[in-house]
Amino acid sequence: MSVGADEARARFLEVRDVRKAYGAIKAVDGVSFDVARGEIVGVIGPNGSGKTTLFNSILGQITPSSGSVEFCGEDITGLSPLDLARRGIGRTFQSLQVFVKLSVRDNLIAAAQEFQGTMRSRLLAPPDAGLGARADAMIDLFRLGHVAGRPAGSLSYGQQKLIDIAMAFMPTPRLVLLDEPCAGVNPGLVEELRELLVTLNKTQGGSFVVIEHNMDFIMKLCPHVICMVEGKVLTEGPPRTVQSNPRVLEAYLGN
Amino acid sequence: MGELLQLIVSGTAAGAIYALAALGFTLLWQASGTINFAQGEFVMVPAFIMLFCMSAGAPLWLAFLATCVIAMLLLGVLFKRIVVDPLIRHGVIPLVIASLGLSIGLKQLMRAGYSAQAFPFPSPFPSGHFAIAGAAISYADVGTLLFAAIIVLGLQAFLERTVTGRAMQAVAQNTDAARVLGIDVRRMVLYTFLINAVLAVVAALLVTPAYLAKFDMGDSIGPKAFFAAIIGGFNQTRGALLGGVLIGVLENVVGFYVSPAYKEGVALILFLVVILVRPEGLLGKAEERKV
Amino acid sequence: MSVVADDVALARTRRPLLRTANIAIAIVVVAFALLPLLLKSYGTYLCTLFCVTLMATYGLNLTVGYAGQMSLGQAAFYGIGAYIAAIALKAGISFYLVLPVAAIVCFVVGLLIGFPALRVQHHYLAFATLGFNILVYLVMRNEEKITGGTYGISGVPRPTLFGLSLDGVLAFFWFTLAATLILIALLGWLLRSPWGRAFAALRDNPIRAESLGINITVYTLLAFAIGAACAGIAGVFFAALVQFVEPAPFHFAASLMMLLAIIVGGSGRFFGPVIGTVVIVLLPEWLRFMQNWYLAIFGFAVVALMIWLPGGVLSIPERFALGKVRR
Ligand SMILES: Nc1ncnc2c1ncn2[C@@H]1O[C@H](COP(=O)(O)OP(=O)(O)OP(=O)(O)O)[C@@H](O)[C@H]1O
Ligand SMILES: [Mg+2]
Repeated sequence: MSVGADEARARFLEVRDVRKAYGAIKAVDGVSFDVARGEIVGVIGPNGSGKTTLFNSILGQITPSSGSVEFCGEDITGLSPLDLARRGIGRTFQSLQVFVKLSVRDNLIAAAQEFQGTMRSRLLAPPDAGLGARADAMIDLFRLGHVAGRPAGSLSYGQQKLIDIAMAFMPTPRLVLLDEPCAGVNPGLVEELRELLVTLNKTQGGSFVVIEHNMDFIMKLCPHVICMVEGKVLTEGPPRTVQSNPRVLEAYLGN
Repeated sequence: MGELLQLIVSGTAAGAIYALAALGFTLLWQASGTINFAQGEFVMVPAFIMLFCMSAGAPLWLAFLATCVIAMLLLGVLFKRIVVDPLIRHGVIPLVIASLGLSIGLKQLMRAGYSAQAFPFPSPFPSGHFAIAGAAISYADVGTLLFAAIIVLGLQAFLERTVTGRAMQAVAQNTDAARVLGIDVRRMVLYTFLINAVLAVVAALLVTPAYLAKFDMGDSIGPKAFFAAIIGGFNQTRGALLGGVLIGVLENVVGFYVSPAYKEGVALILFLVVILVRPEGLLGKAEERKV
Repeated sequence: MSVVADDVALARTRRPLLRTANIAIAIVVVAFALLPLLLKSYGTYLCTLFCVTLMATYGLNLTVGYAGQMSLGQAAFYGIGAYIAAIALKAGISFYLVLPVAAIVCFVVGLLIGFPALRVQHHYLAFATLGFNILVYLVMRNEEKITGGTYGISGVPRPTLFGLSLDGVLAFFWFTLAATLILIALLGWLLRSPWGRAFAALRDNPIRAESLGINITVYTLLAFAIGAACAGIAGVFFAALVQFVEPAPFHFAASLMMLLAIIVGGSGRFFGPVIGTVVIVLLPEWLRFMQNWYLAIFGFAVVALMIWLPGGVLSIPERFALGKVRR
């Protein structure tokens, strides 16, 4: 890899030596990595290896004990989730996080409405905030048409997971961190989800960081994979190399 | 100087009573996530039951013991079975509303079904004062303090020294883990309700001689129990004690030196300051929101 | 393909339904407007009081039902509005100036009361707002120079409309009814706007909302402030209706009743407050013969209602539908 490419990576998302401890448990223990503009990076690792905690530290959900995060050359360490959303950083959650009483369509509109206009203009805007067409397109993309009017909380786990992902993409974010998007999604849809992410990556030009236990999905989707074990980066590189690394085999994949 | 000492002693005694009610409140919350807005009425009802027992000829100590049993059934078992168990899975709010309803219901039932008057209640302690450093300290205050201290220390010892007590604490800290360890969670939660009922009876015994038994006596005790719990720290048992005593003393001091009209406001202001500055309470530990 | 067809089918079935609903609402409103013609003046007074209370409970429904905050302090704002009105109207200031001033004052105080909500939730918030209510009540009772203490302020004048006197019970009823309808329409419009969706998002999942750029701080404060402003407006009408303001109607028990009105009707349902307000304003009058028993029964009825119908009265149809599916 050339030096130039490395610099481009560094200028987009730069995570430096992030640590988070819960008492004696070092959930994240000095993790550094970079993401380039338009890149898709996979994060794998055994249960409890600190992947979600790493995400939450980057995303302002929890305050890291130490370390720094830079986005587009700006230090974003410790900013609130709101500030990060406004800078174009979106996310999905490992646990279900939808607006349970709102309809699917309203969930999607809610996901994007605050990114346009001012408080005043939103008060005077039409009920769908001018986002109806975009929400419907997203609903079609995720094949949620037959449940578009139902309260999100009444849908199945997998469907709510899809809503969560669709919501993250509604406002056209520059960087999206996805925490186990495939968990609970049926095999046919997993394939489609992968294609969907590739499409969104091409059309919207965003960068993704994806935590996933589905190795097939990660191998096909991510040109660059990071493997975490016990809060540390064990190794990183192209998927094939990571997959065949004996230490990864031992700690995570098994034989 | 003697004045201040007097205010502090009687304030601490009043605070100890708030602390008892607050302690029950905290234990319920820790063990089962129950917020009981009827805590004040849980003090009022035993006060009247004790009066009924005494009017039937029972001496105070017997009335107290009988009331403990009745309260355990009524405010412990029945309250848990009928109100808390069906509602707890719907989250905090329906239970808050239901206990608000219960608070109105019990209070008005007492008023409509019995009397709206205030009834005198015999003190378990001798009347009179003794002098220390120029302050007239009443036996009642000292007795209240001692009694409350014995109850609290006894409870502490039970929670920390006995197998059942430790199991209850395990449930309070982490219900799922406790279940995995083979602890009978439902029984431990029931014990908590029983303890809450007994604490309420004790609070009634100590507070009613001064407040008189009246259907709305819970209006001031209930919120203060909650304020005390929050001020001290909701997830800390010691917090309830600190909060209760702090409120009792400050109320007395403000009532005397500032204005008796705003005595009732002391707990509120203290409470508002605490939740703005240190929402986890003075002794509490901050909890991060889990995602 | 099929999705589009479904949507169209939905829209087709829904529109006539909506129209019938609108017609039904119009009929109910007209019938209610004409009802006092059949009533004595006390009945008309109760109808007016119902409208006044409705303004406050609709505001509370926004705070509690739509934005998911907890408030046991609505009666404090109601009282602040009423006292501002009583003092200002007696000083000869125009009703139409007092109304916005009271609304703005309550809006600002509501913003301040929203701050604890940023730090704590649910039961903490319930007690924080309850504490605020007790504090306001103490001030009303103790600051005799301004509020008249327990004697209150009497002789509050009623407004005029385009030179017409509103002193008559009927005239004032219609005036209040019109104001209530305008307020409800405004709230309906607000809740249909993107703001309404943001409030619901805040209620359903503040963590997710924040990660989607929804400023939960601003919306939380607004939810309190708007709800408080509605109560302030209600308070002004209350002062003009009763023409006598004392602390008692603004005790925290009144806040409790308003909260119960929201829950009984079904929190977060647009017409929930109507049912709930009937229960708290008219029912006590009808059940007057029961005297104090009424409140006792009311209290236990609330407990029973929560146990059987945690979603409120308006959730009965859904529960019925769900029950059918399940069995
Ligand atoms: N709030 C917390 N308090 C204490 N310990 C925590 C907390 N959150 C996470 N941990 C601990 O940190 C470690 C890492 O957890 P994390 O959720 O980040 O794992 P993960 O890699 O996302 O696992 P999974 O693949 O199962 O989702 C675990 O040991 C967990 O128990
Ligand atoms: Mg995880």
